[in-house]
Amino acid sequence: MPRTYLTRTAPDTAEVERRRFMFRHPAVIRVTHWVNALCLLVLLMSGLQIFNAHPALYWGKVSTFDTPLMAMSQTEDDPPKGVTTVLGRTFDTTGLLGSSDGADGEPADRGFPSWLTLPSDQDLTGGRSWHFFFAWAFVLNGALYLLYGLFSGQLRFRVVPQRDQVRHFAASVREHLTLRFPQGDEAKRYNVIQKLTYAVVLFVLLPVQVLAGLAMSPAMDAAFPFLLTLFDGRQSARTVHFVVAALLVLFVVVHVALVVLSGFWNNMRGMLTGWFVIERKVEPAPAADGTGSAP
Amino acid sequence: MNRPPSRRALLLGATAAAGTAMLGGCDRLGEAEWFRRTLKTGEDANLFVQRLLLTERTLAPEFPEADISPWFKPNGTEDPPDKAYKALARRKFATYHLEIDGLVETPLKLSLAELRKLPSRTQVTRHDCVEGWSAIGKWTGVPLADLLAQARLKPQARYVVFHCADTMDQGDDAGTDADDADAAPSGGNANPAMTRQTGGGEDKRDSGGQQAADAEPATEPVRYYESVDLVDAFHPQTILAYELNGKALPVANGAPLRLRVERNLGYKQAKYVMRIEVVESFANIGEGNGGYWEDQGYAWYAGI
Repeated sequence: MPRTYLTRTAPDTAEVERRRFMFRHPAVIRVTHWVNALCLLVLLMSGLQIFNAHPALYWGKVSTFDTPLMAMSQTEDDPPKGVTTVLGRTFDTTGLLGSSDGADGEPADRGFPSWLTLPSDQDLTGGRSWHFFFAWAFVLNGALYLLYGLFSGQLRFRVVPQRDQVRHFAASVREHLTLRFPQGDEAKRYNVIQKLTYAVVLFVLLPVQVLAGLAMSPAMDAAFPFLLTLFDGRQSARTVHFVVAALLVLFVVVHVALVVLSGFWNNMRGMLTGWFVIERKVEPAPAADGTGSAP
Repeated sequence: MNRPPSRRALLLGATAAAGTAMLGGCDRLGEAEWFRRTLKTGEDANLFVQRLLLTERTLAPEFPEADISPWFKPNGTEDPPDKAYKALARRKFATYHLEIDGLVETPLKLSLAELRKLPSRTQVTRHDCVEGWSAIGKWTGVPLADLLAQARLKPQARYVVFHCADTMDQGDDAGTDADDADAAPSGGNANPAMTRQTGGGEDKRDSGGQQAADAEPATEPVRYYESVDLVDAFHPQTILAYELNGKALPVANGAPLRLRVERNLGYKQAKYVMRIEVVESFANIGEGNGGYWEDQGYAWYAGI
């Protein structure tokens, strides 16, 4: 298939554009990336299954049943309505939250709908089995990623902004807002917002998510009482676990959107084979940098 | 964008189809025995790692009395339908006896008054339901370790099983009060925290129940049962509680005697305990998984 970028840049006569392949993602990074994607998807859906067993959130040590931070329920009406209460405000969420059609097509009393939960039926023990297995897979996979990333220098390449990037932070914000993505040499490294986002996900959201999950375990609370201090109680930990899960969903949505907008096939090829195309703008002569080479 | 729309439409369609297939596939996978066993290794790992992290003496957090929940949410059975239990309750459990037998040198039979005279432990602890909610209560009771020491375990003893008074699944010859469906079995959505079981019980009597009575031979009712290993049985906070928040244990919370095995989820905290049996394995207990909910697929280890 002919690449259309040639026509796009044709009027710019001062620049000679060449495609150069860059080996961007080593095998360990690629494998751990996709294992992680699978784990997060299963953890989210089985987590919603577990949440559905008691679709309400609280703050503090215990459940204050009359005053939840958030709760979903089905009304007694005929047909029943789904109602979601958040911080005292009530919303009609029929069909999505509180009440949605079950496998038999009848409205069922359930927090999240069956197409978002794993297993799709109401099945707390099934959800727990999925959740714990993939929680272990997630933690072991994440440990492998971090260890490899640390010793190979990949982590530094991926999350630590360089000094010039920090200086041009505002410019990077503008680029994102106008959806103009770096090309040429600048495309060889992650941009500053990208690096900071990955850093926040890797070193804040995911560790907090694991700790909040562990804080819900009565045995872990016995072994490490500081977990309760950290989260201000078990019910707060459960709420944090839910909110961080939502933030991770937000991250994945933005991540996938940017993958699509900045060149879906190139990004996919990169994360599947390791090879990423740099659309290279060369001014007088190509720079010999050694970071990329044609296969 | 510079890509032909057909490709994007194809991609979207493929993603949607893959998503639907994946969901159905996951459900079918989850029903396959080999996959179920594979998933369960996650829960085996929980037990293995948590036993490494916790010593036999590591205590569950205890709380100041100010943290006690104003209402201790009862769950599971709230009013056992069994005639024998109702008779005991009417006499305020004056005729109740706890039996301890199985792999012990000295089987014991103790009345509530005798249990109350034994040294007791009081603890304000958090109760965590497998569903996700929590409540804090003050429990007073006899350390299980003291009773087991008195009964003297035989060398083969490995697990302590609690046999309870409340019927979960009614056999046809259940000996329960027909008017009282509070603890009747519920449908396929059952979980150990179900609080409203009345509907399920009525459904069963109205529809399937009658058919079952014609088709099946009389069966024994299934009463609640649970088990712990010796690590949890001898843990200092493991008590048989007869008081909640300084008052006699209410029926809804398991009167006259319930297990408190802190560091575990709610379904391990057996209510209405009638008999304690020390065993070497679960082979002859229920369907062999160590507890009522365990036989419905829940993990035997409930530390997380």
